[in-house]
Amino acid sequence: MSEESLSLGAGATSVRVVSARVGLPTRLANLWRRRELLRNLISSDVQIKYKGSALGLLWSMLAPAFTLGIYYLVFSVFLKNGYPNYVIFLFSGLIVWNLFQNAVNVSTSIIVDRAGLVKKVSFPREILPLASVGAAVVFWLIQMVVLVLFLVIFHHAPDWGMLLLLPVTFAALYLFTAAVAIVMSALTVYLRDIKHLMEVLLQLWFWLSPVVYSYSNSIAPALHRHGLAAIYFINPMSLIVLTFQRTFYNATTVTSTLSGQPLHMLPTWSVGTFVALNVGLLIVAAVVFLLALVVFGRLEGNFESEL
Amino acid sequence: MDHVIEVSDVSKTFKIHHERHQSVKDRVLHPRSGRTELFQALDHISFTVDAGETVGILGHNGSGKSTLLKCVCGVLQPTSGVIRQRGSLAALLELGAGFQVELSGRDNVYLYGTMLGFSRKYIDRIFDDIVAFSEIEHFIDTQVKFYSSGMYVRLAFAVAVNVDPDVLVVDEVLAVGDERFQAKCIDRIKGFQEDGKAILLVTHSAEQVRTLASRAIVLESGKMIAHGDVGDSLKIFRDHLLGTAPATGSTATSAGEVHVDSVTSPSGTFDVRAGAGFHFDVHVSATRAVSGLFVLELHTRDGVLVSRSDPQANPVDLRAGVTSIGVDLPHLPLLDGIFDVNVGIYDPRGSNILAWAEKVATLQVTYGGRESGLVDLAPSVHQN
Ligand SMILES: Nc1ncnc2c1ncn2[C@@H]1O[C@H](COP(=O)(O)OP(=O)(O)O)[C@@H](O)[C@H]1O
Ligand SMILES: [Mg+2]
Repeated sequence: MSEESLSLGAGATSVRVVSARVGLPTRLANLWRRRELLRNLISSDVQIKYKGSALGLLWSMLAPAFTLGIYYLVFSVFLKNGYPNYVIFLFSGLIVWNLFQNAVNVSTSIIVDRAGLVKKVSFPREILPLASVGAAVVFWLIQMVVLVLFLVIFHHAPDWGMLLLLPVTFAALYLFTAAVAIVMSALTVYLRDIKHLMEVLLQLWFWLSPVVYSYSNSIAPALHRHGLAAIYFINPMSLIVLTFQRTFYNATTVTSTLSGQPLHMLPTWSVGTFVALNVGLLIVAAVVFLLALVVFGRLEGNFESEL
Repeated sequence: MDHVIEVSDVSKTFKIHHERHQSVKDRVLHPRSGRTELFQALDHISFTVDAGETVGILGHNGSGKSTLLKCVCGVLQPTSGVIRQRGSLAALLELGAGFQVELSGRDNVYLYGTMLGFSRKYIDRIFDDIVAFSEIEHFIDTQVKFYSSGMYVRLAFAVAVNVDPDVLVVDEVLAVGDERFQAKCIDRIKGFQEDGKAILLVTHSAEQVRTLASRAIVLESGKMIAHGDVGDSLKIFRDHLLGTAPATGSTATSAGEVHVDSVTSPSGTFDVRAGAGFHFDVHVSATRAVSGLFVLELHTRDGVLVSRSDPQANPVDLRAGVTSIGVDLPHLPLLDGIFDVNVGIYDPRGSNILAWAEKVATLQVTYGGRESGLVDLAPSVHQN
């Protein structure tokens, strides 16, 4: 938090300055300096969650597997949406959403939960929500492995060109998720019931994002007809989910398994458009992340009186 | 910057909420209510600590000692002022270290070590020392939630002292654990001192400050009311602990004709340096001339009798009216402390008390040396 390290050249010991307010460059420098702590916090989070065993890891996959199964059953079997390879479509969007939701859910109460630590040890406090995001990323990587297994099993090839764009999309997803996590963790210190509000908000947010239904079935085409297409992408999750779907589902127009009619699943943008939009999103996400750090800095000054 | 710790003009103000509105619902329903009050826990504190120094911090409960240490560690941000600290720092703030109870002792050592800013590789190197110091080898892979509070503190302390920090900050943790472990910790702190490390020590025990500290600071309601020599600071601390010393003769009781009026000293104070001589006068009034025996008693604040003079050795002849009896203590063999003085007059046979006065004066003895206890034995030790 309120520390600042000035390197005094080779061999000199560092000087820590504790004062009322810490500027953004110093915050970033501190985060970088304490990256080993971040790594340790993530690994201890993962360890606690999976109890350090392979079985625990398997166990933790139960919840996402269950959601995937339910949505598949409801939308493909009962409601007969006719999307071919619906599991792949669903999984490639759900994986994005799972990362966001896991990270935000855990982070929201992380500072309150770790009050004992916050009151006893000095470290940049934003490391706590960042570690929760990190643990969610580890979990996400495991799900990615499962997704790849699905692709292999179903003989479903991804779009290899789009795959190169994925690091950019992931960086945007990470920064945006971290920004929300950081701000929510600090707000919860002041407003404890924000956690419940967030749960409701996340539900709404999920159904507004084109995860279980396709882009063509969303409100986006309607908005587009009125020249308001941009509004749909105010929700950064929309573009991220679409990019993942475009990469792994790898089809924009498919044939319905029911009617045999063509189904428009995803926007028919060129790879170039995807690249431009994702790079733009990454820049926005980076700015939002920095803003989140500034907001956190303003809020952390009174943590000790609220915890 | 030459100092290891430099605290410049640091103030800390807490916001105290009288009605806490920690939910969205309450904030919406009562947008303007919820009184908050500002509480100044630290008031413009400045001091420096150099390498090799141990500074004791004394003060009542709530005087701001822990707040000051937390600011130095960076756990709290000062409201104004700046603290500069050079090199690495390990802190033991109150109980425990914020361990993750779900993790094993081993994992917590690594996590806590990196939290203090040390690298994993470095902790690998000193891990065995930490475990050996903590004496919980058998439980190092057990989850911390199964530890006793003593084990918990031992492990936290073992990490803090074995990472070999440039600055060690200790807040009243030396009071926990069994005596043997305490002695081991104090030993380690002394080793630190020899290595030229800086130590900031909060303890309730004047004893520990005296034996460990080279300087002391006294806090009172967030203000620094003393800073300097350990003996002087301890004396100021005690003055404030006691409030004003009891007025002379206030609790005097008398038996009839003889009465102890007051006790005065030529200098007006009852402050004595250990080993120095001290003189005071006891003013006794009597309705008629009477012979008697003078008795002097010294008690500690806990009521332990330190010494009672032999009545037969000090016969006095009181005039009608006021008689002054001079008492000379050639050299006080007492160590640091506060002692209540009782005086009395017995009848010549020593069987009846003519007059008795409790706590007519309070002797404040200051001692600069490192001996501790009640009396100075001044042993001379020879190796044969
Ligand atoms: N987080 C906090 N919020 C509000 N008041 C606090 C907080 N921490 C300490 N205080 C107040 O500040 C004063 C000093 O506390 P502290 O530094 O713990 O005293 P000490 O360690 O000398 O006993 C106390 O009156 C305490 O109530
Ligand atoms: Mg305290």
